[in-house]
Amino acid sequence: MTKETITVALAGNPNSGKTTIFNHITGTRQHVGNWPGVTVEKKEGLIQHNGHRLRVVDLPGTYSLTAYSVEEIVARRFLVDEKPDVVVDIVDASNLERNLYLATQLIELGVKLILALNMADVAEARGHHIDAGKLGTLLGVPVVFTVGTKNQGIKELLDKVVAVAEDRDTVSRHIHIAYGHELEKEIKKIQDVIWQDPSIGRRYSTRWLAVKLLENDDAVKEGVGALGDIGSRILAQADVGRARLAQLYQDDTEMVLTDQRYGFIGGALKEVLRVSAETKFDLSRQVDLLLTNRLLGFPIFIFFIWAMFQLTFTLGAYPMAWLDAGVGWLGGVVAKLLPAGIFRDLMVGGVIAGVGSVIIFLPNILLLFFCIALFEDTGYLARAAFIMDRVMHLIGLHGKSFIPLLMGFGCNAPAIMAARTLESERDRILTILINPLMSCSARLPVYVLLAGTFFGASAGNVIFTIYALGIALAIAMGKLFRLTLFRGESAPFVLELPPYRVPTLKSLLIHMWDRSAIFLRKMGGVILVGSMVVWFLGAFPRHPATPAFEPAGRSQIALTPAPVELPSAGARSSHEMETSERDKVRLERSYLGRLGRLIQPIFAPLGFDWQTSVAVLSGFVAKEIVVSTLGVLYATGSDGNDENEALRHALRASGMTPLGAYALMAFVLTYVPCLATVGAIRRETNSRKWTAFSIAYTLTLAWVVAFVIYQGGRLFGLG
Amino acid sequence: MIPLSRFKEGERGVIIKVQGRGAFRKRLQEMGFIKGTEVFVEKYAPLRDPVELVVKGYHVSLRVEEAAQVLMKRQGQEAE
Repeated sequence: MTKETITVALAGNPNSGKTTIFNHITGTRQHVGNWPGVTVEKKEGLIQHNGHRLRVVDLPGTYSLTAYSVEEIVARRFLVDEKPDVVVDIVDASNLERNLYLATQLIELGVKLILALNMADVAEARGHHIDAGKLGTLLGVPVVFTVGTKNQGIKELLDKVVAVAEDRDTVSRHIHIAYGHELEKEIKKIQDVIWQDPSIGRRYSTRWLAVKLLENDDAVKEGVGALGDIGSRILAQADVGRARLAQLYQDDTEMVLTDQRYGFIGGALKEVLRVSAETKFDLSRQVDLLLTNRLLGFPIFIFFIWAMFQLTFTLGAYPMAWLDAGVGWLGGVVAKLLPAGIFRDLMVGGVIAGVGSVIIFLPNILLLFFCIALFEDTGYLARAAFIMDRVMHLIGLHGKSFIPLLMGFGCNAPAIMAARTLESERDRILTILINPLMSCSARLPVYVLLAGTFFGASAGNVIFTIYALGIALAIAMGKLFRLTLFRGESAPFVLELPPYRVPTLKSLLIHMWDRSAIFLRKMGGVILVGSMVVWFLGAFPRHPATPAFEPAGRSQIALTPAPVELPSAGARSSHEMETSERDKVRLERSYLGRLGRLIQPIFAPLGFDWQTSVAVLSGFVAKEIVVSTLGVLYATGSDGNDENEALRHALRASGMTPLGAYALMAFVLTYVPCLATVGAIRRETNSRKWTAFSIAYTLTLAWVVAFVIYQGGRLFGLG
Repeated sequence: MIPLSRFKEGERGVIIKVQGRGAFRKRLQEMGFIKGTEVFVEKYAPLRDPVELVVKGYHVSLRVEEAAQVLMKRQGQEAE
């Protein structure tokens, strides 16, 4: 038994079934994180196999190791710098030719490689017969057949990993992909210069370095350039070689090299692949002809999206209500158990209300991610991008941006997480940045209150214009960001449309749970701290006569904060009147109230009074709170519909005009949706900078939009 | 030479040349768009863009503006 841990990297093309294999190898012992500095997800797991400790690292799915995309850079950096003991290349056996391209690059890198010919059953069914023994000999790489979906071949694969790690495998040998006389000559010349400093050759494959330099690879050039004098000489030799080859072939050298690699693959396949007549009825293709049909494609797509929406938000509302009740119950119990005081107020008003406001989203998130996993694993997501790309491309986005943006109308937090399906980091960040402009369901209560109060019968139309305003702003900002922050060549839309597959329940559930767990873990932290801060601002400085105000979390979406001490039925009404009056005074004197008065001049040009300013501030936690805070500040007592009516009276009496109400709605639409969304942005961009930017730009935009509406409206005499 | 974007559904041809800028060309080449490779036009999206192709036995889609960079000859037709 070896003492040391064997590090195994899983490489492979997207859609090669790599994730399924990884899930089978590691089961639930997975650790999900991010690769340093980027938003690409990093998964690894520690397992025991026949007394050996294996650390299995799942590299991002890539078609190549050219270092054009973030995923490729990450995968390559890991292979080159961290030197895993064994690399397993998961290859789609039914799509051998293109999948082997990555293998040629791995061979060139000089890693200890194993090929896992996955989906071997599909390949057989299609009449592709692969001579694995011969393929292994030609490539100098052991080959194992696997069927990830049926958990076949995994044990053999792990046996092979151990054997290769211990250099016991007889097939493993190092081969060179022959590039032909002229290219080889230049490779040799560069290698000769590299060998002038033997320390380089001990750390990297000199042949790989030489090939990469001929390919004009930026990352390698940079690394070599940093080596000082010897580096400059190597680069100079590479420049000479590249110039000569470009002259000779009348094309860029990297294209010639790619050609040669495919030539090598083609030659190998001639010997190992036998295709019996492909007469089989291709079910996947028939399904696709229906799902992307010119007439039916869109209606079917809309139906699926509608179903996903219904499942997530309508069906999800039931467990959400149960959790909400549970959180309320817990708050009541804790309030009874703990002695009155700051600690109890903090627990009930800060911690339970705040964390509860996140927990209640769990059903939505589980359901949404189940649906997305279903779309992804069946292969439909690629088709959704295929049919929507034309529309999304008009606003500078990718076809796959559509689903995250649409989900934003339900709730921005999971919608932002759904942006993970976008491969390009630029597209992903852009989609995340404009997502908050999709008006989520939590903003609706604010619109309903304001539009209902000031626009009467046309409230519905007014609310509709707010939604439309959000979409228009998203398009405008998307264009603006594309022209400023994300300038330059956008990634080519080379989208693989994998065959439709029946997903396994296990993989769907792992998929769903992975993402949901991240939501709970990471955002719980942000929410916890954030709601405690807002609670503190609302509850301090304390005044002996005024009990603490709870800035209600989503779990207490009442129009007034629920009193902590439940009064007896008889004394209820007068007690509540008293409570609400005290709440008003206390909130007015609290830091939040003072802050509201302090910043009111900023909001004055938008027509907001200080109460509205405080409400907007408290809405940073969650948008529904805007309503409850207004309720407290205008001190409308009692409960139920009367209370709602009272608040409406109070609003009309406050001097707010329909124009001011509309400006407020536009402001609420545009500024930072809620803490949970901020948490999601922080988590998904993996960057404080983008998080801060998102907050700053939505606040600025909200102010500008509200200003234009309010002042513009007054100019036309609407105020 | 005809740009691939001019091909109709169900048409088949062979790649003569891939044009365009470095990163784009390289990506296409890596995905199998190599000189001499056969391409089959499976279908266009409902809004006529992008286009779905079969290359080296797998399905891939390109935007029409990208497909215009791939120069083809129709099968059975000599290169011009």
